[in-house]
Amino acid sequence: MADLLLLLCGAILVNNVVLTQYLGLCPFMGAGGRLETAFWMAALTTFVLTLSAAINYVIYRYLLLPFDLVFLRLIVFIFVIATIVSFSDLLLRKIAPLPHKMLGIFLPLSASNSLILGVALLNGEQANSFIAAIFYSVGAAAGFSLAIVLFAALRERLVMNAVPVPFQGAAISLVTAGLMALAFMGFAGLG
Amino acid sequence: MTATATLNFNSCRDKLALTPLLGLCPLLAVSNSAISALTLGLCTLSVLLGSSFCISLLRNRFTPALRLPAYMLIIASFTSCAEFLLQAYSYALAERLGLFLPLIVSNCLILGHAESFASKTPPLHALRDALGLGLSFILVLLVLGMLREALGSGRLFTNMDLLLPFATNWEFICFNSPPFPLALTPSGAFLLLAFLIAFKNYFDQRPAQHQPAPEPEPAGSKRVRVTGQV
Repeated sequence: MADLLLLLCGAILVNNVVLTQYLGLCPFMGAGGRLETAFWMAALTTFVLTLSAAINYVIYRYLLLPFDLVFLRLIVFIFVIATIVSFSDLLLRKIAPLPHKMLGIFLPLSASNSLILGVALLNGEQANSFIAAIFYSVGAAAGFSLAIVLFAALRERLVMNAVPVPFQGAAISLVTAGLMALAFMGFAGLG
Repeated sequence: MTATATLNFNSCRDKLALTPLLGLCPLLAVSNSAISALTLGLCTLSVLLGSSFCISLLRNRFTPALRLPAYMLIIASFTSCAEFLLQAYSYALAERLGLFLPLIVSNCLILGHAESFASKTPPLHALRDALGLGLSFILVLLVLGMLREALGSGRLFTNMDLLLPFATNWEFICFNSPPFPLALTPSGAFLLLAFLIAFKNYFDQRPAQHQPAPEPEPAGSKRVRVTGQV
């Protein structure tokens, strides 16, 4: 149990997937402009990531490995993720039309979110049990949510500041992310 | 930033401006040395060319609902091929890129090009545009990779012979001690890319100041569409 909790904390803070492993940067930069959008993006990613990681791990462990089909893993994983993203698109449109509109293009683009695919690939290589895979996925999702919500809060404050003209737009967002990454490096001592 | 539906991939300047933002994950992840940057750039270019060509050939056969999953499957197939080819060519290099070699699939650049360009134009045209886009991605990747390697480790072109067999003694030492070790960490990657973009913005904006101001348009000559979204 202690191992699993360590895995969870490690994935959230020490090896934060976004800020130390460069995964999921596309939605992080794209949807992290407003706090409300960031919340919904975090919720959506958590749902898709956990569900797809569980399904992908079962497929990898009990179908691809025994039949020696590991070379197909990329295609199978992408297929599962795209299906779950389409499903959550329909679900969100039905139960919460406003957030669905707010997320816009980022919802279908979740299918190509490197975090979701990256966690599926990492689980296949490293996780030694189903429970460990689930814990790592939840930790990665929580790490992503933490990073994107903090980032969106910072960027909402930035709107009110006078940023030098060449830095306006993408550059100042990258500087913000860089400083956040610097802060997260401090957690490395915990590991 | 990732609004693929509204992108215009035509001019070269647009491409250079877009690539850092669309291909952000691989750009920051593998740009810690020139060799990783160049290898991933070449792999991405080949996947981009192959998938653009295929999607453009099949562009009239996709139904709107199944479009995205179909693109993803085509891109995933080409990425698998690129992964195996690189593993066969140099396993050490494939190990070095690690997770980011299969993650070429999730590069928004490729999906964005498929969605906004390849699905609307004939194959040769799409191929030409994909070549331009891929080369500008390699350029940005290589510049950032060289910068990070030189500043973070003090030497340049280490292990170039993994990719190019003739490049055995290309390594040279720029600084005796690394001047900015932070450049090799994720934080340094974000900051250096931010400064590169700001640098480019600065030079883009400068000539505009020297030109005479454009004549004001007569009022009411242009219709502006108001969408309510900002």
